[in-house]
Amino acid sequence: MNYAVIIPMFVFLLIIFAIGYWSSTKLSSSSNFINDYFLGSRELGGFVLAMTMVATYGSASSFLGGPGTAYTMGFGWVLLAMTQVVTGYFVLMILGKKFAIMARRYQAVTMIDFLKARYNSTWVVILSALSIIIFLFSAMAAQWIGGARLVESLTGLPYNTALFIFAVSVLVYVTIGGFRAVAVTDAVQGAVMFVGTLVLLIAVIIAGGGIPNIMADLLNENPNLVTPYGADGNLSAAYVSSFWILVGVGVVGLPQITVRAMSYKNSQSMHRALIIGTVVTGFIMLNMHLIGVFARPILPGIDIGDKVIPLIALETLPAWAAGIVLAAPMAAIMSTVDSLLILVSSSIVKDVYLNYIKPDADLKSIKRLSFGVTGALGIIVFLLALNPPDLLIFLNLFAFGGLEAAFIWPVVLGLYWKWGNKYGAIASMITGIGSYVFLHLYNTANGNLFGVHTVTLPVLLSLVAFIAFSLLIGRTAYDYNVRAAK
Amino acid sequence: MKETDWRFKIANREALIGLGLALFNFVWWFGFAYGMGSRPVEEYSYVFGLPDWFFWSCVVGFLVIVVLVIVIVKFFFVEVPFDEEDDDR
Repeated sequence: MNYAVIIPMFVFLLIIFAIGYWSSTKLSSSSNFINDYFLGSRELGGFVLAMTMVATYGSASSFLGGPGTAYTMGFGWVLLAMTQVVTGYFVLMILGKKFAIMARRYQAVTMIDFLKARYNSTWVVILSALSIIIFLFSAMAAQWIGGARLVESLTGLPYNTALFIFAVSVLVYVTIGGFRAVAVTDAVQGAVMFVGTLVLLIAVIIAGGGIPNIMADLLNENPNLVTPYGADGNLSAAYVSSFWILVGVGVVGLPQITVRAMSYKNSQSMHRALIIGTVVTGFIMLNMHLIGVFARPILPGIDIGDKVIPLIALETLPAWAAGIVLAAPMAAIMSTVDSLLILVSSSIVKDVYLNYIKPDADLKSIKRLSFGVTGALGIIVFLLALNPPDLLIFLNLFAFGGLEAAFIWPVVLGLYWKWGNKYGAIASMITGIGSYVFLHLYNTANGNLFGVHTVTLPVLLSLVAFIAFSLLIGRTAYDYNVRAAK
Repeated sequence: MKETDWRFKIANREALIGLGLALFNFVWWFGFAYGMGSRPVEEYSYVFGLPDWFFWSCVVGFLVIVVLVIVIVKFFFVEVPFDEEDDDR
């Protein structure tokens, strides 16, 4: 056991708990529980908004998997990672003020509330709730496993114990604090990531004897590492560019990101978040992936990508500083897991239970149910992560791209295109997810169709489906100026 | 209430600006990365130790986008109220 590494991480956890507790005290004084628990009463300021978007989005993949791949592939993968800068401003600019206004008008607390009010269709609600619950539940479990592996590799605790510590910490603050706890802890976690990556990058450059030195080593080993085409020269421009959809503009369709675009207080918060979000996303992505590449000459021969960051941190930094830096990927995983947990819980409580099962539930039972569902979900994920079933791993593969293909057009065109209607939305969701699953199987067997990432075609197909069905069946212009009924 | 909400005009304009910025971002990123990066490795030059295509595409590209976002937000984005003016609560 490495106590010098464990103590900073432990302190970090204590801070996170304190925030969870503070949020729960605000919660009990609130008059509108659902709005507060699942959306933090729409009072996020610019800094917290920006950080919670970045942190939710930056998951295990950007902190462990991504730099690990950059280690193997070289600069081509850093180029690919930089497609994520666009998310820093795109989501808030595109959904922007119209989404904020409409969400308030509809009194929407979840993305599904928005879809429900816009399309006025039970099928839209049921389809979206099902896909969110199924896919994001699996995504959450996968992140959870990643978190436990990280704790395991850093502390030397056995996997099950590591999982237990990780699960209990996340569960406690999310269950008692709700969305506000998630957002504020995300802000702290985002700040940890920001500082952690900077410190580690500097340490790595010093350990490598300066950037020119590292570059010479890379050129010596394999000149392809400094080209945009990957170590074997097979990273094509079309493939890398298609990540603009997967991790760039397509993120607009992810429910855990969309819900944040209705949680801010006012225009000033949004404006500040645009600037902070862009700076922080770009800075973290650039640093993190450069660390991956620069680590190669310093510590050659690491074959498990996820271990590059922990190993290089322990190699280049004193143990206590490594502990602080390694709290960053831990923070990234926690902040993704907590957002998914509160989102899946909101889909069950708000979108399914309150819409269809018991619309007239009183405040006390809603409260009990919200805490209960959030806690129960966490426990189920914990049990599944102890021995992950194959189905879960399989479903997780679609969580990102599949949901993007399903929701991007119903949300974006629902907001800006008056001819969009429920038939278009339903067709778009089914086409998006269906073609994603189908194409995924095809690409796994035959290599990528047209050499682009799986997400590309389903996003285009669901656009065609949305437009075609909206115009062909029950065409009516939607009036955005009508006040929501009730 | 048939008249279009005045805030929607602003919202639509800002969404279009966002789209334009993303397009510009893509062109800059792609242009420098594959325009300069497709030369043989021996012809690369290095800026601050980084390969030139990467420096221009990802480092300068990122800084340019940050400056543009700041300029756009400060000078082109308009502050609007989000709540309904008349029937609020």
